[in-house]
Amino acid sequence: MTSTASKIIDTGQIATNGLDFKPKTQGNIPRGLTLLAVIIIILILAIILGNIIYGGVGTINWEFLSHPPENGMESGGIVPAIFGTVFLVILMVIAVIPVGVFTAIYLHEYTSPVSRLTRLIRVAINNLAGVPSIVFGLFGLGFFIAFIGGGLDSIFYNSEGPVWGQPAIIWASLTLALLTLPVVIISTEEAIRTIPRELIEASYALGGTKLQTIIRIIIPQALPGILTGSILAVSRGAGEVAPIMFTGAAYYLPYLPSKLNDQFMEMGYHIFVMATQSPDIEATKPILYGTVLVLLILTFLLNFIAIYIRSGMRRRRASLQ
Amino acid sequence: MNMKELKFKQKSRLWEFLGEKFIAVNAFVALIAIILIFIFIFKEAVPIFTDPEIREEVTLGKMVFKQEFYEGRDAKWSWQPNSEVPKYSLFALFIGTLKAAIIAMLFAIPLGIGAAIYSSEFAGKRMREIIKPVIELLAGIPSVVLGFFALIVLATFLQNLFGLTFRLNALNAGIALGIAIIPIIFTVAEDAMTSVPRSLREAATALGANQWQVSLTVVLPAALPGLSAGVVLGFGRAIGETMIVLLASGNAAIISANFVDSVRTFSATIAAELAEVVFGSGHYSVLFFIGSLLFVFTFIINFSGDMLLTRIKSRFQGKMN
Repeated sequence: MTSTASKIIDTGQIATNGLDFKPKTQGNIPRGLTLLAVIIIILILAIILGNIIYGGVGTINWEFLSHPPENGMESGGIVPAIFGTVFLVILMVIAVIPVGVFTAIYLHEYTSPVSRLTRLIRVAINNLAGVPSIVFGLFGLGFFIAFIGGGLDSIFYNSEGPVWGQPAIIWASLTLALLTLPVVIISTEEAIRTIPRELIEASYALGGTKLQTIIRIIIPQALPGILTGSILAVSRGAGEVAPIMFTGAAYYLPYLPSKLNDQFMEMGYHIFVMATQSPDIEATKPILYGTVLVLLILTFLLNFIAIYIRSGMRRRRASLQ
Repeated sequence: MNMKELKFKQKSRLWEFLGEKFIAVNAFVALIAIILIFIFIFKEAVPIFTDPEIREEVTLGKMVFKQEFYEGRDAKWSWQPNSEVPKYSLFALFIGTLKAAIIAMLFAIPLGIGAAIYSSEFAGKRMREIIKPVIELLAGIPSVVLGFFALIVLATFLQNLFGLTFRLNALNAGIALGIAIIPIIFTVAEDAMTSVPRSLREAATALGANQWQVSLTVVLPAALPGLSAGVVLGFGRAIGETMIVLLASGNAAIISANFVDSVRTFSATIAAELAEVVFGSGHYSVLFFIGSLLFVFTFIINFSGDMLLTRIKSRFQGKMN
């Protein structure tokens, strides 16, 4: 007994002696290198934000936020771009929220998580999230505008020229809705997982049907997650340019869009246009910086709200476990 | 059971049935969308293989191999779709895409993985509370804003630093792309490392390893599939990202090994040319063919990324119990 015990202590000591050889200096190198990576990332973010705030803060005033572009976009404001962006994301949200929420509910309440169908839908969602945004633009053009829009025109409006078969805000928003669908599904799913199972089972035990349980228990309980998903989708959709370039965004419009088949101006696209098409980039720069800052504030604000709601939800889940 | 009750039951059963079907239809949107994207992108690319008129202008061979465009001149790869003799060499674009993506990876992997290691292994609670929001903010910057920053600020900085001939080049676009993919690499890698079971760490600690030895010799190898998944998914995003390269790369299809030459990528080519192209022309088909390539490529990338993540999940779950 005593001999085995002392042997263990002996080997233990040898092992620690071997491993603790100059631990401090050896440990500091990986720690320092990885800390350096963190510091560089923080610096990159600080430089980008600092530069944009410094360049844009002088431009933003009431006139900038309340006037259309003037003088070949070298002065005036960005009202049509803000209006177009808001209109676009509202249409997108109307399209994407029901589909995303019901998909998440279907995956959790109607199918088994290991069934082949569920796995297939999950693969589709994952891949949809990875499709490059420019491919969504191509799809919007080929499917929504040429196929659906062109089809509607040939059935209802023969020979009058394109009514729906042309770039329009409805096609751009539907394209964006597909792009942001995975975001909404994933956050709704996360929220459904935080609902205590007892609550759902209690509803069934009281004779509630599946549909009643979904409407009275699951959707209200998952509301924070649905909200988070919507906000993240809006923030993503407001910043995407590639999918709307061919599906509805316009360089410049003298009027605001009022119908679903109108073209529109959008902030991200406005930035792209000013940065690449402007004859005098130096003269456009203040307006350009101002627009970038407004877009950045908008997306960051939305992200902050979403993160705040989500962290509350995660705390709730942690307290349940 | 009286008639009234029976009627009520039948009615509610009908609603249940309709409700389930309605929810199921929504759940299939993602799956149908992926299939439709596949069909509608490929459909427009098919004429390259079938339409004799378009085949005179462009074939698969002409897109891949060197061509002798003018008699007596050397055969070469060249992308000039709008010249009198349209030239559709995808090889020139392929080199451009690869160059930008490689620089992006060289920039983003050390920073993303390094920061992930620090955050999961060395950072205290307070430091982690700084890193997480920084990464989320970085991820929240719209790509058009990063492209704008690279175009206006980074390009000038790099030109002055290295004395470059071209302001907009592969290096500039690559670094901006790198900034865009740091959050993906970080998030996936950090997730993988924090999901390494406690028991593994405790076993290593019990055997006498100190903190950094546990991290580098136990946690890192165990999380390796997750780290690779982060890198793979980041690469997919770097290939498909559009607005950054469109703004920052110079968009000249130059074939060279020089990393400070301008480059033209697949995605930027679609974005720059689709708006002006004649519907149904050879050029139009080629742009959709490029879209198909991007779609297939990202599909494969996402699939392999998912496989790696599934592997790490089953590996840890197997060991935990």
